[in-house]
Amino acid sequence: MHNRALPYLLLLPATVFLVAFFLYPFVMVAYQAFTTDEGILTTQYFTKMTSHWKFKPALNYTLLLAFTVVPIQIALALYMATLVSNMKRGRDLILYVWTIPLGISDLAAGLIWLAIFDQTGFLNSILVGMGLQEQPSLFLGYQNKGTIFLAVVLAEVWRATAIVLVILVAGIGLIPKEYYEAAQVFGAGGWQRFTKVTLPLLKPSLQTALILRVILAFEVFAVVVALGGTNLPVLMGEVYQRQFVLQDNHVAAAFALLILFISIAFTLLIMWVLRTPREARL
Amino acid sequence: MSTASTSVIGQSRVAKWAVTASVVFLCLWVLVPIYLLVANTFSSPAEVNGFPKRFWPSFDTESIEFFLNFHGVGSALWNSLLVASLTMILSISVGAPAGYALSRFEFRGKGTFRVLVLMTRAFPLPLLALPMAVMFIKVGLDDTVLGLAIVHTTLALPFAVLITYSLFSGIPVELEEAAWTLGCSRFQAFIKVIFPLVLPGIAASAIFAFVVSWNEVFAAAVLTIEHRTLPAFLLQSLDDAPLHLKFAGGAVLVIPALVFIFMVRKYLFAMWGIANR
Amino acid sequence: MKPFVRQASAALVAVSLGMIGNTAVAEDLLFWSKQGKPVEEAQAMRDQVLSGFGSAVDFQPNDGGPWLTRLQAELKAGSGKIGVLGALHGDYTSMPDDLVDLSDIDLGDVQMNAKFMELGKLGTSEQKYIPWMQATYVMAANKKALEHLPEGADIDALTYDQLIEWSKTMAEKTGSPKFGFPAGPKGLKHRFFQGYMYPSYTNSMVSKFRSAEAETAWNKFKELWSYTNPGSTGYSAMQEQLLTEEVWVVFDHTARLANAFNERPDDFIAFPAPAGPTGRGFMPVVVGVAIPKTAPDMDAAKKLVAYMANPATQIETLKALSFFPVVDAELPSDMPASVQLSGSAISKMAGSADANPGLLPVGLGKLGGQFNQVYVDTFERVVLGGEDVRKVLDEQAGALRAVMEEAGAPCWAPDPASEGPCPVE
Repeated sequence: MHNRALPYLLLLPATVFLVAFFLYPFVMVAYQAFTTDEGILTTQYFTKMTSHWKFKPALNYTLLLAFTVVPIQIALALYMATLVSNMKRGRDLILYVWTIPLGISDLAAGLIWLAIFDQTGFLNSILVGMGLQEQPSLFLGYQNKGTIFLAVVLAEVWRATAIVLVILVAGIGLIPKEYYEAAQVFGAGGWQRFTKVTLPLLKPSLQTALILRVILAFEVFAVVVALGGTNLPVLMGEVYQRQFVLQDNHVAAAFALLILFISIAFTLLIMWVLRTPREARL
Repeated sequence: MSTASTSVIGQSRVAKWAVTASVVFLCLWVLVPIYLLVANTFSSPAEVNGFPKRFWPSFDTESIEFFLNFHGVGSALWNSLLVASLTMILSISVGAPAGYALSRFEFRGKGTFRVLVLMTRAFPLPLLALPMAVMFIKVGLDDTVLGLAIVHTTLALPFAVLITYSLFSGIPVELEEAAWTLGCSRFQAFIKVIFPLVLPGIAASAIFAFVVSWNEVFAAAVLTIEHRTLPAFLLQSLDDAPLHLKFAGGAVLVIPALVFIFMVRKYLFAMWGIANR
Repeated sequence: MKPFVRQASAALVAVSLGMIGNTAVAEDLLFWSKQGKPVEEAQAMRDQVLSGFGSAVDFQPNDGGPWLTRLQAELKAGSGKIGVLGALHGDYTSMPDDLVDLSDIDLGDVQMNAKFMELGKLGTSEQKYIPWMQATYVMAANKKALEHLPEGADIDALTYDQLIEWSKTMAEKTGSPKFGFPAGPKGLKHRFFQGYMYPSYTNSMVSKFRSAEAETAWNKFKELWSYTNPGSTGYSAMQEQLLTEEVWVVFDHTARLANAFNERPDDFIAFPAPAGPTGRGFMPVVVGVAIPKTAPDMDAAKKLVAYMANPATQIETLKALSFFPVVDAELPSDMPASVQLSGSAISKMAGSADANPGLLPVGLGKLGGQFNQVYVDTFERVVLGGEDVRKVLDEQAGALRAVMEEAGAPCWAPDPASEGPCPVE
């Protein structure tokens, strides 16, 4: 087997699979965004998308949510990963507990957090029960967009930090112990070892975790709808609305392409910022 | 932030205490919402709707029994397991070689391939479902476990490729090269040296694949009729269900996934020790 | 990892065997429905309604997205599994060409509502769907709310002004707003504006969209909204908030109130929708059964359609889904509380001196969703966004006019009949 052909052979199954089951349907959908039912090339669907009054808030909330949720998740997962890698006993159990949200779908997560923040929910039950307030307060009312936003952020952090954690834990596991020992010999403190050894060597894992989370964050939908109703419009919600309620497939496709475009742009940005020069690799 | 240190030598009592407190807090942060779901599942409808809410269940099994006796819930559970297992196998066997190639070789089209993989995840699936369903009906994949597993694999593949890619990237090439100089073929070196190291990571991405498939509702609802999966069967109708059934249905879906993660955690985390030389 | 791999390959074998096995089995008739999604309703449909059909029916209720996607896919592929469709009148308007003509179905001596039969033609000469069941929207209240009812107000002949006053008193006396409105993402708010508010204030649904009367109506609604529970933007089926007592007085679809009535029949009452200056506007909801052109077994499908229109089936359906019959049927006395409560509210509403019934939108084709969106957008901008009523009405009137002209749909009641597309004045 020649080395030059080897990478292509290894990529072949995945490529064939993606071309058949993703690229083909994708092209069919994307085509709709640029052509009318009669097959005439047009940009009217993009104009229709951007000129709708809900377009800007949907775009803004989607970006704002991603930029709030993802950094918190990365920081929290890093912290959790370092905690767990220092642990002597009970590591298995703690890791299991922390990865539990992995198994919970966004629909179920929305359900759980709605039960907490609802006007007759658990949070109000505690506050009223402890006498901190007389009447249950309305956290998710349409005037309290800030609270709704906060609730969505909490629910998303709860739900989707586990995936980052698992990627980082696996990555940290690959960092040779000798590096830390050497760093210690040179008198590096805990924080220094973290910033000088862990972080740089964790770059590939961090890159992966970031890209996956950012892409998924741009598609956030179920949790936002469960907690915010129509108060926090997001791009994915507009896709659903256009495709299934308004039956306007062209504009739905335009929205979907916008999500794709933003995701790819940020992916390339992250790849570039966190690139690992070949000579700097282990 | 001394808690972030990688060794406990010289840590003060306070720091130790802070670590324990953080761990306990984070465990509670994860577990309390789950507990609330389970507690609600085992409460009577009147208690679920009442205010203030109770924080301990009355062990009323009416809601959960409704689901356990629900027509076809057993076969839906079985279908979900089949689809998820198949998704797991497909996405790893197709994704891991690609991840290895991306980490070890420089070649033309590498960037294009990475973007293609990511696009899969960045484009909303509900729109793809229509052309996919048309294709599946035409080629006879419609309403089969394999057909749905293929759709779920396209969702899980980016995870599989990216995670295995970052794992392989984290393993020094020198390890492999050393094996080659000792007379191993590329394949032998991979099996003997690299594979044991990345196994936990592979298990992790296999678990993702499983979970992605387990929780996917839309494609499952469109593409399966007789082979309905559990989420397609239950979850999409929960929106309209009364509150106590929403909770019970949520629990019926969540619990098998938790059991699955619990069962495979051995593979995920026991081997983690091997990698952590 | 080894045992795991073994289990997985065992699963694979089972899958392939399963696939082979299935091709041999005769398939049940697939009833692809948008109604009856709540799990207990689906169960009741299977156990009580369809069990009497004779041969096996696979009742599968679905959300709008999967429902439409699967149907469109089968139509595009030219073959499919769906035998019978169950959906709202508004769902069918976009697909008359994809539905089989049902004129040749023999309904026997069943007395079907003639207006609904006409709607089922979808503006064509063929019978595109057969009416299956109907419902409407009513008000419901917790009995605790009754003591705050304005003096002299008759609960069965309420006006919008009295409703506002009532809501205001409740908000002031209890410290929190007790009126609830289904304005959530899945709430049926648009029907309130189209079939209740507009007819009650303008005696129109379309042509007087931006009239001065419409401006008054929206301002009245804004006033009501200030005494409405702000959580309303998350509500979809008001039975939930009635049961949690988050709110006391609500407006919603009868099927979306049924759980509350059935669970605590002594705590709640149902009553007619309020009246405005131009009468007591209200609107029916019609659900029909249809057969897509790709149905695998046409005869069996037609038999099921006829079975659904059977008076006995209709009564069982009423018990299962809380939707009322569309045929003449003698209701037995042992009906659930929801049927008795909503039923009497509906007959009071329809029989009231100022009743102003509207019809469902017709002739909108694919634009039905966009038609609804005009009303929802107006609500979100005027009421939630606090924008100027006049300005929003003028802008949204443009959108409405575009929809009507593109669809070429003439006016329907209560708007007076029009030549050509219904004009937005």
